[in-house]
Amino acid sequence: MSDFSEFSERDWPSHPKYIDEGYKSTTFRGPTKPLIPLQQTLSEVTGPVYGQDSVSALDSDLTMNGRKNGEPLGERMIVTGKVLDEFGRPVPNTLVEIWQANSAGRYVDLMDKHDAPLDPNFYGGGRAVTDSDGNYRFKTIRPGAYPWGNHPNAWRPAHIHFSLFGAGIASRLVTQMYFPGDPLIPLDPIAQATPSVDRLVAGFSLDVTEPEYALGYVFDIVLRGPKQTPMED
Amino acid sequence: MASDEKKLPQTPSQTVGPFFSYGLASEQYGFSELSSIAGREIAEEDEPGEHIKLVGIIYDGQGAPVSDALVEVWQADSQGRFAHPTDGRQKNTPFTGFGRCGTRTDPKNRFTFATVKPGAVGDGEAPHINLIIFMRGLLSHAYTRVYFSDEETANAADPVLQSVPADRRDTLIATREESSAGVVYRFDIHMQGDQETVFFDV
Ligand SMILES: [Fe+3]
Repeated sequence: MSDFSEFSERDWPSHPKYIDEGYKSTTFRGPTKPLIPLQQTLSEVTGPVYGQDSVSALDSDLTMNGRKNGEPLGERMIVTGKVLDEFGRPVPNTLVEIWQANSAGRYVDLMDKHDAPLDPNFYGGGRAVTDSDGNYRFKTIRPGAYPWGNHPNAWRPAHIHFSLFGAGIASRLVTQMYFPGDPLIPLDPIAQATPSVDRLVAGFSLDVTEPEYALGYVFDIVLRGPKQTPMED
Repeated sequence: MASDEKKLPQTPSQTVGPFFSYGLASEQYGFSELSSIAGREIAEEDEPGEHIKLVGIIYDGQGAPVSDALVEVWQADSQGRFAHPTDGRQKNTPFTGFGRCGTRTDPKNRFTFATVKPGAVGDGEAPHINLIIFMRGLLSHAYTRVYFSDEETANAADPVLQSVPADRRDTLIATREESSAGVVYRFDIHMQGDQETVFFDV
């Protein structure tokens, strides 16, 4: 056993509610009874540990990791950002996993039946580990929008799915990154179920953009964090 | 020491969606382009402790098994130790205590984990496994805990379990079944309804 700091609580006003009228799949899937408060123990302030040795350079380069016989089609881009906790401390050495549709709006997932082409040279999944300052960086292809069955003529805005751990399972987060100026965001029930959805919209950055190569986007992520800094030994 | 004052709002949660397979559970779903960081086999054969399977079905509010959920487990080893620096005790096996399973590859949409039964951490808590649930239609992940039906004494003293209304505690107890195939703990999850599983505000 050891001393530990509890993580600050889930910032419920920032997160979507479990049941949302517009997003129909929530109706029979979101919990309906109030959550039971839990006094955090070692079980919640610990979580899986993945370091730089858990990822290869190819894992964060989605323009390379699915190649079969050529280059993936679409607009190359860099997606980078900093993972912080809500006290402003960088979260180093934490795993960031992403998955996304290809430039035509099609996933390699076998259940995706959208009639848009698969790209033999694009897989769409990757991962990175944050550096000592909490930074991550991916190279990828800009995903396309895709239709879904929520309501007539429903289209998901272009997005990249993100999964993060932080320092313990209390800081677990799965989210989606959207693109600035996307006209589908105000029409999307998932985005609209989300308070402050603008915090899920990446910023275009000319500084991150690489000349003659790829546009740059910045998406910073804020996780729950320990209320107290660990004691120095 | 940091102050308790919050400075930044948390990034909002979103659903994992229906298409996470190749990103978060690639090997289970038959993809070879990306390795998996974790899967259904958590404990290697020589890991000390009682080897068990944790098996369950997630039911939606209409009683249908959920085929596109992702379940993650996080647990201590058989000595009650977590593979994490905050747990100051030295672990000396490769057991990470972390597993991941999607529910689509099983014909009954079960999740299954091969692991060892965790030991008590030593702070008065009963042995348990933390479980995190993601699915299409779930905008924020749900946390629950798996306790064990053969730990009645420890369960009766567990502060978390005792904080749950008595008539809902059963939803957190996995049922032990022994057969020639080994020890299986059955833990079904109900997202809604009379038997709605207890989810925690961790
Ligand atoms: Fe998606």
